[in-house]
Amino acid sequence: MYSKMLKLVFPKTHAQEPVVCNLARLFDLEFSILNATIHPRKVGEMVLQLSGNPQSFEKGMSYLKERGITVIKAGEQMLREEDTCVHCGACTAICPTGALSVERPEMRVIFDVEKCSVCKLCVPVCPHHAMSLLPLENNGESAFGA
Amino acid sequence: MSTHKVVKSYEQINAKIKAGSVVVVTADEMVDIVRERGAQEAARTVDVVTTGTFAPMCSSGAFINFGHSSPTIKASHVWFNNVPAYGGIAAVDCYLGATEPTVEDPLNLVHPGEFNYGGGHVIHDLVAGRAVELRATAYGTQCYPRRHMEKTVTLADLPYAVLCNPRNAYQNYNCAINLGKKIIYTYMGVLKPNVGNANYSTSGQLSPLFNDPYLKTIGLGTKIFLGGGTGFVTWWGTQHNPDAPRNEVGIPIKPAQTLMVMGDLKQMDPRWLVGASLVGYGCSLSVGIGIPIPILNEDMARHTGVSDEQIITHIVDYNSDYPSGKSKSLGFVNYAQLKSGSIEFEGQSVPTVPLSSMIRAREVAHTLKQWIKSGQFLLTEPQMPLPGPSTKA
Repeated sequence: MYSKMLKLVFPKTHAQEPVVCNLARLFDLEFSILNATIHPRKVGEMVLQLSGNPQSFEKGMSYLKERGITVIKAGEQMLREEDTCVHCGACTAICPTGALSVERPEMRVIFDVEKCSVCKLCVPVCPHHAMSLLPLENNGESAFGA
Repeated sequence: MSTHKVVKSYEQINAKIKAGSVVVVTADEMVDIVRERGAQEAARTVDVVTTGTFAPMCSSGAFINFGHSSPTIKASHVWFNNVPAYGGIAAVDCYLGATEPTVEDPLNLVHPGEFNYGGGHVIHDLVAGRAVELRATAYGTQCYPRRHMEKTVTLADLPYAVLCNPRNAYQNYNCAINLGKKIIYTYMGVLKPNVGNANYSTSGQLSPLFNDPYLKTIGLGTKIFLGGGTGFVTWWGTQHNPDAPRNEVGIPIKPAQTLMVMGDLKQMDPRWLVGASLVGYGCSLSVGIGIPIPILNEDMARHTGVSDEQIITHIVDYNSDYPSGKSKSLGFVNYAQLKSGSIEFEGQSVPTVPLSSMIRAREVAHTLKQWIKSGQFLLTEPQMPLPGPSTKA
């Protein structure tokens, strides 16, 4: 089983094509959409967790590339400034994956990087600016290379 | 004539603080003590209960005098790091409010605005010892001819800087939900549509005014933990409402009493005065406040023994009701339920979101406990009670 968090960038010509649906139907890949943004008449972006066997995964990637879709490894990571976080819990309202959660009974806010989809919704929601984006070195690399 | 079985005075408690024999516990610890030993025995054992809270408190700010310069100026308009302060006080006096954004802030033009920097952030920067750009303009007079001034200042350079918060430490607050179909951004945080979450903001059983619900010991001149230093209760706060309905243990079940507090900014700590940005709403200041409650008798032991289960608040819709000036109660929940992570609302389970830090509230209560135990913090007797309920409890 192969599982990766990917960012797909759709050119404006492909906005109508059900490519993500096809990843499941044609290549038996499981997907979970974590974030999607459409910039009208420009591009669309989608962050998704994609899982399947390695052969299907590779075929799926070729399918996307043939359609001019750029596939980027979600090469970003959210960083929490531990000294800045006051453990209020405001971020837990918006976090879609449960990466930010309240540990009970202490009421400490836990940040689990493994569960984070890098949707960045927590950045403006944190009242004390504790969340920021940390670019990783492999940003922009092919998602399925050697 | 007192009908109390246990009677202690401020003087007796202060004598014990000086002698190092005072018994201080936090409001969290007092819950179990009262539950196990009863109020009377708890009152015999415990002298002081410390409380704490740390959350954005909008009605906050600082009075600042920035000193005379040569030639002199009677500043009409004042800015700190481009955040306007109110200059209509005296020549070089001003008031910097926590919620004032910078002049170049796009506000909510692109909704929801981020409100990255404002008065609360300036106050934090000053307390953290950072240099701040001060700018002032004036119309010029014969005694104050200068029309423009710019200089870089630190808190140490300012002759006078006093935190003066006209409304802090709200006794209870709404539990906010969104009955609408779109996400909304409020001072009660982000509220997802169709009652996607329920937000609340209090430290519950640790919160100062839940531990003295009738303000029997908190009044004008009560010395407190404020912003990491010491401060005082100087008046009742704006929107102070002692007549809010109360439950059987005397706790108001809706927003009720408030405090005005003051303290010298120069002895405060940036950890306890933190600029806050509430997306879609505005800037604010997160303030750490802790109030010591003297256990003068068994009534005060019983009050400070209050637990989250006994503290109730009402649920209010922030999509339509609140903005139209209604605060209709859609239901009631207690803080044990709210802190558990979910509440029941009309048959559905709704995740709860705290906006007030319990971790920091506990730290305030523990810090104040240490200050009192070490003898460095004595209790003060109020010089005047704050307005209480019009019908006596």
